[in-house]
Amino acid sequence: MRKEKIAVLGASDITLAFKAIGMDVYDANSIGEASEKLKLLARNYSVIFITEDLAMQIEEQIERYRNRTYPAIIPIPSSSGSTGYGVANIKKDVEKAVGTDILFND
Amino acid sequence: MASKLKVNPTRMELRRLKDRKKTAVRGHKLLKDKSDEMIRQFIGYAKENMRLRLEVEQELSNALAGFMLAKSVSTDSVIWEALSMPAISMELGLSTKNIMSVNVPSIEIKKSESTSLYPYSFASVTSELDKSISTISALAEKLIKLAEVEKTCNMLASEIEKNRRRVNALEYIMIPQTEEAIHDITMKLDENERGNIVRLMKVKTILANRE
Repeated sequence: MRKEKIAVLGASDITLAFKAIGMDVYDANSIGEASEKLKLLARNYSVIFITEDLAMQIEEQIERYRNRTYPAIIPIPSSSGSTGYGVANIKKDVEKAVGTDILFND
Repeated sequence: MASKLKVNPTRMELRRLKDRKKTAVRGHKLLKDKSDEMIRQFIGYAKENMRLRLEVEQELSNALAGFMLAKSVSTDSVIWEALSMPAISMELGLSTKNIMSVNVPSIEIKKSESTSLYPYSFASVTSELDKSISTISALAEKLIKLAEVEKTCNMLASEIEKNRRRVNALEYIMIPQTEEAIHDITMKLDENERGNIVRLMKVKTILANRE
């Protein structure tokens, strides 16, 4: 049964901040760990926030959940700031749908 | 070029193919309209997605930087003690929304009632921590909205791509193939008809010559 809760997957230094506001947090400090935890989380949570640095490395795994309604796996910036990964993903979506990035190519 | 359909040149087959072409053309029109509408909606969502993401990334980066700062002032154990038992729990209300027959998520936040956001006593930690927690908490709603919109965008983009393939398959393969087969059958039937007439005329002259 999918929980109606939010999970945050990321390095231990920032997840604590999300724990304080009532999200469930899971630490992952390596790719292997992240990929294993994501697999479990995807089964149990409906919204998963994952830090960009991890998301980038397990992109293929995240791709598998793309076409399902739940879970929504959303990359968020880590403590070192945004890398532009999330924005690049939106552009990729636009390219996929329209054929070329007509909205945001500046 | 599409490879030729192998069909029997009969009237029955001709009728069948004509019906099939009619359905294909109608389906093609419908799918094309669907594609147009999906792209129209997608563009709205994509713009919203970009706006939200830029906002969230900006604010979250700031909030997290503040949190790191707050963390560095106190010892790890103090922070851990302060935050490991959250005072509020965040529940979601999940449902799905149907956009052009794509089931996209629709998420709502149900914050549990609690007297205070802060799970610790103010004596033990610094005010920086209070501030970063309150900003992150204020961001939660935006984060969830972002999750919803971004997922919608993802799903719509995939669906549009899939739909485009269907449209193209109909437009460039299915319909031309059927048209070609219909043309072939008509030609063949006409040819038979002409052959028949010539044969009859021949027979008639032979009979006339006999008398």
